[in-house]
Amino acid sequence: MTAVHCLMVVVRGDDPRGHALLSDAHAMGYASLQSVTISDLIFFQGSLGSNLHSDLEAILVDPLLQSSTWFRSAGLEDVTSLMVESVLHAGVTDAVAEQLLRVARRKGWPVHGVVTGRRIELRGEIPHGLRETLIRRLMVNPVIEHWVVDSLVEPVFAQGASEPIDVADKGVLTENPLPSVSTATKAIHANQAVHLPVRTDADLDALNRARGMALDPAELDAVRSYYAGRGGVAPDIELEMIAQTWSEHCAHKTFRARITTTTGDEIAPLLDQLRRATAQIDARYVVSAFVGNAGILQFTPGTTFAVKCETHNHPSAIEPFGGANTGVGGVIRDVLGASHRPIACTDILCFGPADTSDALLPDGVIHPRRVRSGVVAGIADYGNKIGLPTLAGAVLYDPGYVANPLVFAGCIGMAKSPYVAEGPLPGDRIVVLGGATGRDGIRGATFSSATMDATTGDVAGASVQIGDPITEKLLVDLLADGRHLYRSITDCGAGGLSSAIGEMAEGIGAEVDLDQLPMKYPGLAPWEVWLSEAQERMVVATADPEPLHQACESLGIHCTDIGAFTGTGRLVVRSSGHPIVDIDTGFLHDGRPTRQMVAKLPQPNRIGAFAGAPHLSEGGLSSSTSLDAMNVAEFETILLELLAHPNIACKAPVIRRYDHEIRGATLVRPLVGEPIGGHIIGHADGTVIAEPLAPHGIALGIGVNPWFGMTDPERMGQSVVDEAVRNVVACGGDPDQIALLDNFSWGDPRREETLGDLVATVAGACEAAVAFGAPFVSGKDSLNNEYLGADGGRHAVPPTLVITAVAHVPEASRTITPDLKSAGNALLVVGMTPVAFGGSHIALVRDIAPSSAPPFDQSAPARYRRLHAAIRDGLVVSCHDISEGGLAVALAEMAIAGNLGFDAPTPPPTFRADASDPQRGAAALEVLFGEGNGRFVVEVEQRHVVAFVARMSGDATVIGAVVTGEIARFPVFGEDGMAIPVAALRQAWIGRP
Amino acid sequence: MSRRPEAAVLTAPGTNRDPDACLALELAGANPVVIPVASLLDVRSRLSDSDMIVIPGGFSYADALGAGRLFATELDHVLGDHLSVAAADRRPVIGICNGFQTLVRLGIWTREGYRLALGHNADGVFTCEWVNLVPDPMTRCIWTDGLEGEVACPVAHGEGRVVCDDATASALMETGRVALRYVRNPNGSRGDIAGLTDATGFILGLMPHPENHVVSRQHPGFRRGIGGGLGLRIFENGVRHAGR
Repeated sequence: MTAVHCLMVVVRGDDPRGHALLSDAHAMGYASLQSVTISDLIFFQGSLGSNLHSDLEAILVDPLLQSSTWFRSAGLEDVTSLMVESVLHAGVTDAVAEQLLRVARRKGWPVHGVVTGRRIELRGEIPHGLRETLIRRLMVNPVIEHWVVDSLVEPVFAQGASEPIDVADKGVLTENPLPSVSTATKAIHANQAVHLPVRTDADLDALNRARGMALDPAELDAVRSYYAGRGGVAPDIELEMIAQTWSEHCAHKTFRARITTTTGDEIAPLLDQLRRATAQIDARYVVSAFVGNAGILQFTPGTTFAVKCETHNHPSAIEPFGGANTGVGGVIRDVLGASHRPIACTDILCFGPADTSDALLPDGVIHPRRVRSGVVAGIADYGNKIGLPTLAGAVLYDPGYVANPLVFAGCIGMAKSPYVAEGPLPGDRIVVLGGATGRDGIRGATFSSATMDATTGDVAGASVQIGDPITEKLLVDLLADGRHLYRSITDCGAGGLSSAIGEMAEGIGAEVDLDQLPMKYPGLAPWEVWLSEAQERMVVATADPEPLHQACESLGIHCTDIGAFTGTGRLVVRSSGHPIVDIDTGFLHDGRPTRQMVAKLPQPNRIGAFAGAPHLSEGGLSSSTSLDAMNVAEFETILLELLAHPNIACKAPVIRRYDHEIRGATLVRPLVGEPIGGHIIGHADGTVIAEPLAPHGIALGIGVNPWFGMTDPERMGQSVVDEAVRNVVACGGDPDQIALLDNFSWGDPRREETLGDLVATVAGACEAAVAFGAPFVSGKDSLNNEYLGADGGRHAVPPTLVITAVAHVPEASRTITPDLKSAGNALLVVGMTPVAFGGSHIALVRDIAPSSAPPFDQSAPARYRRLHAAIRDGLVVSCHDISEGGLAVALAEMAIAGNLGFDAPTPPPTFRADASDPQRGAAALEVLFGEGNGRFVVEVEQRHVVAFVARMSGDATVIGAVVTGEIARFPVFGEDGMAIPVAALRQAWIGRP
Repeated sequence: MSRRPEAAVLTAPGTNRDPDACLALELAGANPVVIPVASLLDVRSRLSDSDMIVIPGGFSYADALGAGRLFATELDHVLGDHLSVAAADRRPVIGICNGFQTLVRLGIWTREGYRLALGHNADGVFTCEWVNLVPDPMTRCIWTDGLEGEVACPVAHGEGRVVCDDATASALMETGRVALRYVRNPNGSRGDIAGLTDATGFILGLMPHPENHVVSRQHPGFRRGIGGGLGLRIFENGVRHAGR
């Protein structure tokens, strides 16, 4: 019997973690809370003498920064209002524990187990009835940890445990039970598959529910037919595998479905539409599209890029840090799985408003503030630690994301040699590389394909886990230059080995033995091993595993030969000598019946949006209902409000949390312009990666606008493609060498209206992609982003399409940024396209009657080519795309970033704003805040203005000039019109003086 | 033509700016050789043969238990006081970011009588942005020897705040241990200290990343006509002294 020792470590002086918790608590209305202390608890299992105590303290405690004690029960009588001690559940990745055990082994210390935890002490008044809410909202997450209140928590040691650990039966020590994987698992003997009857509808229906398989009746029918010839029973593990393989997440059932509209029209499967657009464009730089783990591009001889963007929405909703963290890890593995070295990450985040009232939160939903801080920390942690710059992204806020936050994580990889895809051959060994297998992330694919409800966080605990970027970094080191070590490769993502090997074995067959896999702890049922989504694992096929073994050994990576590809077409899995899976890969991959779905197409309002003043509802835009009566001051107020809107406001504090400098290849950064008080705060449109000594590079741009989607999904599809393309063109990307990634996050497509929105969006996106000649090369859909509230109400996300554009930058020396550069230069608007207010940002801050989203601009592709040529010829010193908030916000952002003023008295000619216009209020509103596609503001040196305007074929007009003064004068209301100090714009934008 | 000095670049699991350091070393005229700490026992003699030693940035061992702590434990285990011996032997040693954290935990300065630590940034979060550094006129550090003007380069760390008492801070200054200071302090570091040298002047530990400013277009002010302050010069200094 070995004792348990606990070292408690407290930060001396200010602890930033305590501050963060306190400010979150204050923001959530616990105003009387005075202070927070957070202490780290490190539990050791073993015979620790006093010498070992001091050795451990020497490693764990820096006396200048921290104090520590081995007697944490002392002083408990000191009054705190609330004390919570928590420890991680057994099996949740714990880097500190792992590293300590490693050191202990190396030093020969008698430490057998390590568990880490936390003590949080609060001081100040807490209303008694709110203690439990406060604990759950701010202090703990039942998905990854358990806790006790006002007493000492007991750790649960996993490592070295001799008894099989059944997660479902532990947890008696704690106030909250540990999450159960499923009550069904208790029936499963550790080494054998269980055969379940699948003869009747009732059998299948019960299984579908009990195991959360998320299959529909036609699919269950196909399962029944397959097993009818096999005695009407199915091994549990095969059913689980079918459920994963046929999940929306893995099979993209909706994107492959046969769709008819409510008016009886046939719609081509959505995936076919996207592929057809790519085929029609037939771009020579596309090496591979919609195949394997990522799209592959080749812009210049000798270098290819792998590009991929994934969603990790459901996991991030229930455990924001772990969900976002493993989302980044997963998409990096996608790029590794395409045999490319990862070089950069992207992130697009959609949250509920940070000021959402606690009372409005559906049951079981984590507050948006905490989701945001967890997600940002999770992304920063993975990207920074694995050593990749996080470069392009967006942060959006809308009440529609309160219950379903969205996390899109992208990765770009680079390879020197031409990419050759080559399937596994019969006889190749199957080798698993990387992390050990545990009960983590089980059923992630079906979980993410189902609607969440108030109990999701509790029952889906096993679906989320914390990443281990250091292990994945070792995989990068092994594989990025290790093309010679394997024949084919794929990552272990949703569905775990069952998906990875299942996909590789398609049409060829494989035999697998699970017994050799390294386990985090004993006691997993075979189906859990086969389906585990333990992170940081890759599967490779190789004719000769020996060189791979050697390379892994030198890097300290687990490398396990678990079987071979066979050529029989059957997938056979064994555990303890028993065959537990024996399934036809043909049925597994092609046996799923095609879904039949019905779509009700949206009927957006497209009337009257561009032919005059916007419609204002009662009590609308100002105290007066007449726009004409509006004065300059009211427009100024609107502009400042827009700049302060969370979607538009400065994101520098978030961006600085990501390392965007590592690799030294970030040529156009996400933050650009003149330092203000030492900080560069301006936002770039697109970012550019160019290796330090390379003459060319690639640009990354993001397009996303759910507000257009809520107004007119088809125009959202067009507009976000345009926005992504606009962003890469604005920084120097070549509009004729662009590829796109499409990521759809949607509600439940089995609702006709929701599917109709999706159909319209795909049509719009394809139309714009073809117009730009920018092919889709990879995509991902995440559907069922809905939350079924305890009240029975459904909360679906707004239709959200994220487009990532990746463009060739032919001359790294000719890249540009949006910050104003020097006084005297001319300011021009490029693109005289119509504007609209439907889905605009002014409609988010002022009550404007619903109207259309802006139309696609068919002349945009030609305009972008001309602009790009002008940029390459050095005629343009700054360029900013006009998007959220319209021309006024674009100009303000350029002024803030460059810390220069401008005097822009001349409105673009298509607008009707002049002093004599009786409609001048309405016209001014359009000039300043209307949103349209295909537009930029550019800064051009006076000597180049004539040449530039000529080059743009009349599609550019001078609106004014950059000035040294600190005043920004906007093109409305004439000479004495709207002028605001740049400092005031900046203050509104960054939220403080 | 003289031989390119060999630079031993020590890495641990989680080291991630080694390619950046290698590029800087190559451009500065050295021949970088990456040596994983796991293989150090086998190649110890090779380390003794190297002309300079570099500990690059990253998150060695995931920063578990505190930045640099486990890397230092590991290096202490296999190298003992090899780094101080190398410096006394006039071989330049540089620890950048996580490398600096490792040098501090190894006791380079504690052994010289300076009690100091690298704590969490004053604002409590990881921060990535460009800073300007000025060499302290008092220093005898060979890495900053003769640098004209400021050095511009990024910081990217969460635990870079030099923590020490007033007496230690003055002593560090007076003895020329402070090699580089921030023009604008990004992390609350005592005395704006960005980098420290040892008694020999051959060791430099610093939080910022001069290896990320080796060509002029990397400067964020490049498009605004602002530049200069190449970080490459620090590596050129090290390589020059390694060649002697």
